[in-house]
Amino acid sequence: MMVDGVEDEEKWLAAGIAGLQQNAFYMHRALDSNNLRDALKYSAQMLSELRTSKLSPQKYYQLYMRAFDELRKLEMFFKEETRRGCSIIDLYELVQHAGNILPRLYLLCTVGSVYIKSKEAPAKDVLKDLVEMCRGIQHPVRGLFLRSYLSQISRDKLPDIGSEYEGDADTVNDAMEFVLQNFTEMNKLWVRMQHQGPAREKDKREKERSELRDLVGKNLHVLSQIEGVDLDMYKETVLPRVLEQVVNCKDEIAQCYLMDCIIQVFPDEYHLQTLEILLGAFPQLQPSVDIKTVLSRLMERLSNYFLQVEAFSKLNNAIGKVIEAQADMPILGAVTLYSSLLTFTLHVHPDRLDYADQVLGACVKKLSGEGKLEDNRATKQIVALLSAPLDKYNDIVTVLKLSNYPSVMEYVDSETNKVMAMVIIQSIMKNNTQISTADKVGALFELIKGLIRDLDGAAHDQVDEDDFKEEQNSVARLIQMLQNDDTEEMFKIICTVRKHILTGGPKRLPFTVPPLVFSSLKLVRQLQGPEENPFGEEGSTTPKKVFQLLNQTIETLYGVPAPELALRLYLQCAEAANDSDLEPVAYEFFTQAYILYEEEISDSRAQVTAIHLIIGTLQRMHVFGVENRDTLTHKATGYSAKLLKKPDQCRAVYACSHLFWVDDQDNMKDGERVLLCLKRALRIANAAQQMSNATRGSTGSVTLFVEILNKYLYFFEKGNTQINAAAIQSLIELITAEMQSESNSPDPAADAFFASTLRYIQFQKQKGGAVGEKYEPIKV
Amino acid sequence: MVLVLAIGDLHIPHRASDLPQKFKSMLVPGKIQHIICTGNLSIKEVHDYLKSLCPDLHVTRGEYDEDSRYPETKTLTIGQFKLGICHGHQVIPWGDLDSLAMLQRQLDVDILVTGHTHQFKAYKHEGGVVINPGSATGAYSSFTFDVNPSFVLMDIDGLRVVVYVYELIDGEVKVDKIDFKKTATTRLAH
Repeated sequence: MMVDGVEDEEKWLAAGIAGLQQNAFYMHRALDSNNLRDALKYSAQMLSELRTSKLSPQKYYQLYMRAFDELRKLEMFFKEETRRGCSIIDLYELVQHAGNILPRLYLLCTVGSVYIKSKEAPAKDVLKDLVEMCRGIQHPVRGLFLRSYLSQISRDKLPDIGSEYEGDADTVNDAMEFVLQNFTEMNKLWVRMQHQGPAREKDKREKERSELRDLVGKNLHVLSQIEGVDLDMYKETVLPRVLEQVVNCKDEIAQCYLMDCIIQVFPDEYHLQTLEILLGAFPQLQPSVDIKTVLSRLMERLSNYFLQVEAFSKLNNAIGKVIEAQADMPILGAVTLYSSLLTFTLHVHPDRLDYADQVLGACVKKLSGEGKLEDNRATKQIVALLSAPLDKYNDIVTVLKLSNYPSVMEYVDSETNKVMAMVIIQSIMKNNTQISTADKVGALFELIKGLIRDLDGAAHDQVDEDDFKEEQNSVARLIQMLQNDDTEEMFKIICTVRKHILTGGPKRLPFTVPPLVFSSLKLVRQLQGPEENPFGEEGSTTPKKVFQLLNQTIETLYGVPAPELALRLYLQCAEAANDSDLEPVAYEFFTQAYILYEEEISDSRAQVTAIHLIIGTLQRMHVFGVENRDTLTHKATGYSAKLLKKPDQCRAVYACSHLFWVDDQDNMKDGERVLLCLKRALRIANAAQQMSNATRGSTGSVTLFVEILNKYLYFFEKGNTQINAAAIQSLIELITAEMQSESNSPDPAADAFFASTLRYIQFQKQKGGAVGEKYEPIKV
Repeated sequence: MVLVLAIGDLHIPHRASDLPQKFKSMLVPGKIQHIICTGNLSIKEVHDYLKSLCPDLHVTRGEYDEDSRYPETKTLTIGQFKLGICHGHQVIPWGDLDSLAMLQRQLDVDILVTGHTHQFKAYKHEGGVVINPGSATGAYSSFTFDVNPSFVLMDIDGLRVVVYVYELIDGEVKVDKIDFKKTATTRLAH
């Protein structure tokens, strides 16, 4: 059906053009022979083609343009005629005899153009006549094009100041009136289109209206070009009259387009001076008009100005009034308006935090009537609203000064809160924002509470695991950014953070506790620094206080449960306590770690790592007295011997040998107990071989023996008198024998290890000096 | 000329929020042929980041690593050199050169790369080289109060390896280099 319609239109257009061209041909002949009567006859016939109702605006335009070009030739002819003595007034009368009104009016306008040029009558009189005569055409499309023609031929003939057609004192007024009237009539015709035809063709009509809109808008452009229309005239007459038409036509399409047109066409200074009048129109517009787009464009244009004529308060008021007047406006509309206003304010008045705060406050007021938002797009707008000050100031600390900022956050659902929280954290990380007081930290954590804890009504089970991890890791990274060199303030910060993260529940603690712990350990270091007064004031922060806090904090991991993590953190704290010379504190941390090991860590692999961490840490401790150290060492060796797999046992036991030998402390070198450990390790290694033989028919790899041999060499070199060359020699022979035995399954790695060990011995022998002497008795 | 990045102990996010910006702008994809990582990244995001710098990534397990499937030790051959990687918390006493030498003999490698102490080290130890790239983020360490962010770039060329260490000191990146030559020793059969 539509396709047929298009084909038909093409046909009609072609017919119209053909008709027009044919009559134009005859008209030219008449012009060439100075035959006025025939010229008029054929031009009228030609213009009759424009009487058609069958064409869409785009097609009609093609016809119109051809007619326009022909009429230029006719106009030139008319001018010639007047020079030949024909009276323009008579001509003006003559054309009115044309049969049909539309051709008649086109001809009249054409003659009118010559009439004005002749100056036989004031321009204003001719124009007035023409603009009123055009009322004879009430058909929208035909009427619009006719008046457009009038506008086109009159443009350069307006009685403007400084033009050759300038009239008396009221000349600018006359020019203005003419254009305004043409504009008003054109708008009426344009609006009328909306209601013509059946309801089902509404979309088609609206499309056609859209094609015609520039014809109407052109008039505003003409108005803006009139020299004599200055700011006062604009303010007193032009703008109010235009707005009156815009408001009264009550047509959404017209209002939207024309408001935009006004903003684009007139200069910025005008807008600044007439802001109230302009903005006053907005509440009166149809509710369906997309005010926010128009307002945004207005604000965009004005924001390029740095001379503000209290633009902010005017805009703020206007928007408030719009929102008040349109009580049914959906929350999306209101938020978008505030978002635009906020962007404008931030751009134009970056130093006026109070302005930005006002906008947020107004937004909060609107939101408070709504409850939690459901609309997705509205939440997106709120995120845009909240991100704007963040992007502008690049500093969450400044943003937090906006008192209404947290209130806006209150109204978003927990998902959006999380989104916004991530935006905030990313801003902090990107800009390296320093958040250095406990108050600011508290405010920040309150703001991002969607990440910190489960908010009421949040859908807990639907959280994607990867997303959750990413969020919590972001919080962890954030904690690293909180820093203050003043130890008192830093302690307060740590306490504040702790308070917040403890509301996070078992899912979050494994992410948030470690960074807090390391932050605290850094504080302990600071407290030990040379500038710190060791006899601090009463109640000031001390390492001991921090350790207490640490103890209580790590405890919370039990409820997760996360025993392996807790063990590691306890050991870290023990080392820190060691550096602070706090023996009881260090011992307490070790105790906690050991309890965890005994009671909570049952996975074999986890035990192996844990025991190595315990041994490694204990080995470095120098704060323990003999008794405490003995107890802890005894326990550690006990755990080592009880590991499940023999190789693990062996390795842990020989690692324990280092507990009895600390290089930089002479009283910590117990050669005997070292040897006891190593011998024990040997026994375990042997047992492992026998087990392997029994179960698999071949003895396993000799690796363990080679490892123990290396340990022997280690202590031999360190000067452990209990270990002599003979012991080493016999171990070497043992290994060699094992490797050559039939029941031994070959292991290239172990072979290479043994080989490189022997190379090492050789290397040492060749060193000469004291070392060479020592190694001399060993034969490889 | 083969470029190998040795990096580790970033401890993100437990002890550091991110790599220093100056390091990030130096480490661009496509320039490095291999990455050796001593461990303690500790999260997948860091792994993915390293992988984006170079697809040939080798990681060993640190005690805080989120992914427990990383191996305890790893060996690989690059050019004429055999390299070994281990985080180092398994070698007691921690940071002890002689104990690390034992590990080197055990893995039978020319270059041993370990971490854990967050202290940059590069030294020759009877025919082998031990390298500790330190902590790329300058993360807290119980070993030392002053941890400067650092990493190592090895340029392996035939029998020679040049070790470049990059350290961030007071906001400036300082580079130092150490040369090692491998002697083509003939192994004595026992």
